[in-house]
Amino acid sequence: MEGISKSFPGVQALRDVQFEVQGGEVHALVGENGAGKSTLMRILGGVHQRDAGEIHLRGQPVEIPSPVYARMLGISIIHQELNQVPALPVAENIFLGREPRRAGGFVDWKTMYARANTLLQDLGLPIDPRRRLGTLTVAEQQLVEIAKALSVEADLVIMDEPTAALTVEETERLFRFIRDLRPRGVGIVYITHRLEEIFTIADRVTVLRDGQYVGTYAIGELTMDGLIRLMVGRQLTEKFPKEPVAAGAPVLEVRGLTSRGRFTDVSFTVHRGEILGIAGLIGSGKAAVAHAIFGAIPVDSGEILVDGHPVTIRSPSEAIAHGIGLVTEDRKRLGLVLGMSVTANITLPVLPELETAGFVRRREEAARVTQAIRDLDMAVASPEQPARNLSGGTQQKVVVAKWLQTRARVLLLVEPTRGIDVGAKVEMYRLMVDLARRGVGIVMISSELPEILGMSDRILVMHEGRITGEFPRETATQEAILASASGRIHRA
Amino acid sequence: MRDILRRFGILFAFILLMVVLAFLSDSFLTVNNLLNIARQVSINAIIAAGMTFVILTFGIDLSVGSVLAFSGAIIAGLLSRGHPLVVGIGAGLLVGGLIGLVNGLIITKGGVQPFIATLGMLTIARGATLVYTDGRPITGLPDAFVWLGAGEIARIPVPVVIMTVVFAASYVVLTQTVLGRYIYAIGGNEEATRLSGVNVAFYKTLAYVISGALSALSAVILTARLNSAQPTAGMGYELDAIAAVVLGGTTLAGGEGGIAGTLLGAFIIGVLNNGLNLLNVSSFYQQVVKGVVILLAVLLDRRLR
Repeated sequence: MEGISKSFPGVQALRDVQFEVQGGEVHALVGENGAGKSTLMRILGGVHQRDAGEIHLRGQPVEIPSPVYARMLGISIIHQELNQVPALPVAENIFLGREPRRAGGFVDWKTMYARANTLLQDLGLPIDPRRRLGTLTVAEQQLVEIAKALSVEADLVIMDEPTAALTVEETERLFRFIRDLRPRGVGIVYITHRLEEIFTIADRVTVLRDGQYVGTYAIGELTMDGLIRLMVGRQLTEKFPKEPVAAGAPVLEVRGLTSRGRFTDVSFTVHRGEILGIAGLIGSGKAAVAHAIFGAIPVDSGEILVDGHPVTIRSPSEAIAHGIGLVTEDRKRLGLVLGMSVTANITLPVLPELETAGFVRRREEAARVTQAIRDLDMAVASPEQPARNLSGGTQQKVVVAKWLQTRARVLLLVEPTRGIDVGAKVEMYRLMVDLARRGVGIVMISSELPEILGMSDRILVMHEGRITGEFPRETATQEAILASASGRIHRA
Repeated sequence: MRDILRRFGILFAFILLMVVLAFLSDSFLTVNNLLNIARQVSINAIIAAGMTFVILTFGIDLSVGSVLAFSGAIIAGLLSRGHPLVVGIGAGLLVGGLIGLVNGLIITKGGVQPFIATLGMLTIARGATLVYTDGRPITGLPDAFVWLGAGEIARIPVPVVIMTVVFAASYVVLTQTVLGRYIYAIGGNEEATRLSGVNVAFYKTLAYVISGALSALSAVILTARLNSAQPTAGMGYELDAIAAVVLGGTTLAGGEGGIAGTLLGAFIIGVLNNGLNLLNVSSFYQQVVKGVVILLAVLLDRRLR
């Protein structure tokens, strides 16, 4: 791809960008959110049309007018968001739209299941192709999506954040598979925010910044710091800007909390100004704890105390009334109303404060939102911009801004930096420190060990719905946490 | 340009339709005919206003036509027995609102899909109407009531005045109030709205109450205009209302659209009906043409988005 430019109303998304993938290489594409990675790949995948520039495939200039056409050209995209039918079996999802046929147009089920089976075994996936997709874990669904992309025998596979929901072992399995693909001459474009993965799997890396081409480098000539510098265009002083904050009185106490089938007998205390990290593998029930405290899923037994007083929380509105806020793991599905404006999203939890006789006091609302945009340094074109058009990092700020509006004293953050870029991650951490300094008690639930270790004052580890370990900041190590996360009991 | 087309595409379609009809028929573009259209449109438009609230929450209300018939019967029943106007109309609106409340509770508390819940209510309310009226029209209504359907205020037909008030109020509610904000938020992302502390069940139910009450209000107009309550009144009205909402650019997926478009949508259907009548198109063909125009308009709209 050469000289690619693309603009959307109000934004120049790409300016004169070049990008080249060779057969048999894994080419990482990196850049902060809004750098233009996704736009570039959507042009390659036929979703968007470029304004200028040329695309060559196997040396020939090509036009890619539609996603279907891209697939015919041997370009296959694995999307960040899953694009599947949960009610259908795995095999039917893999072959959706291109089922093997027999004479007369009937689906050749036997061939389909046999091929699905081979494919899954190739990937080392112990998944029955007959199972309904919806019954698989998110990680397994992701792997099925990858299997689907590979089944079209594409020459070019674009993987957009393929490991976002995968565990360490599943990621390893995926990497093994990617390495197997290389000798077959398949070119792979690998997009990720997990930079350490790039050094594990990629041969070359192309960096974009603000819609412009920065450069393409062999992986051997880069260091992690160097790569980050290229991406953000400046030196990031520290990755985890944690500051010690004197912990105050307990603000949230949880005693023996149990939600059947999700987690059992969870107890902990968060103090004012404290960041409590909760680590655990996918399926450990750690996210469910946050949702239960927030009243979004039912609790079977146990007690919740806010500021030392027992409270009953049966719904999110009661949790909010008690000063609790929840930043969910899935901001698009649970955190934002994507079609509504930044303004409407930010004030959604506090409209009752902003009304007179049912009418929204628009001027006051606008003032509050302007203030929030300034406080959190949000990159928005206008407060009336739909949340849909914002980058991941900015969307996450909008979600946090909601709970700053409610003046939450306890903030439950679930995977607060999932799918956002390095710069935005550091901003999110700064924000957490800032809130802690103001006396907010923070529960950070995360699958990312580095941020758990880097940001928490205290760390709890969960395994299969129970707390299996507690570590003070000083003595926590990656090894000890992983051991607890796989079930070994540890008490500080 | 594309942006303008997108925002006002339906308006252009409407103007185009007006121009074409003005050329085809001399009697189309006259004050009397236009007022006549507005009066005919008012009933569907008022129902469609309520439907807009419901569809914005990602719901649907199929019971509106039957609710119209039942409320109309209640109103006519009370008035024909000599009860005061306020009592009759008040009872009718109350019944409409209550049916909406039941719809809303079945959907939010019972977890039944809106399509099924209101389909059930469509049948129930129609049956109840037949039971109540014994299948016969109710007549003998007071003149003051009939004025609501046939009267004029400064040459403007009373139904048109009522329609204007309904749309102005709906516009204000949807754009300026907390209720409006919640309606859009629920349709846009119900779960995220719930997690923002909004009592989703309450506001969704309220949308159905509004729809029921506005169906009852249109029953007032229809009953007054016909000077009787017909047990079969309002059959198929749900489809015209849904068509008006969708023509107006509100998506059935909820969360996007608005009340101004609905008014335009209702007028497109009304103008089309009127124009085809003026052109002496047989009523059989009218249905075909109407359907085609609705589909074309929506297709055009999708293309521009």
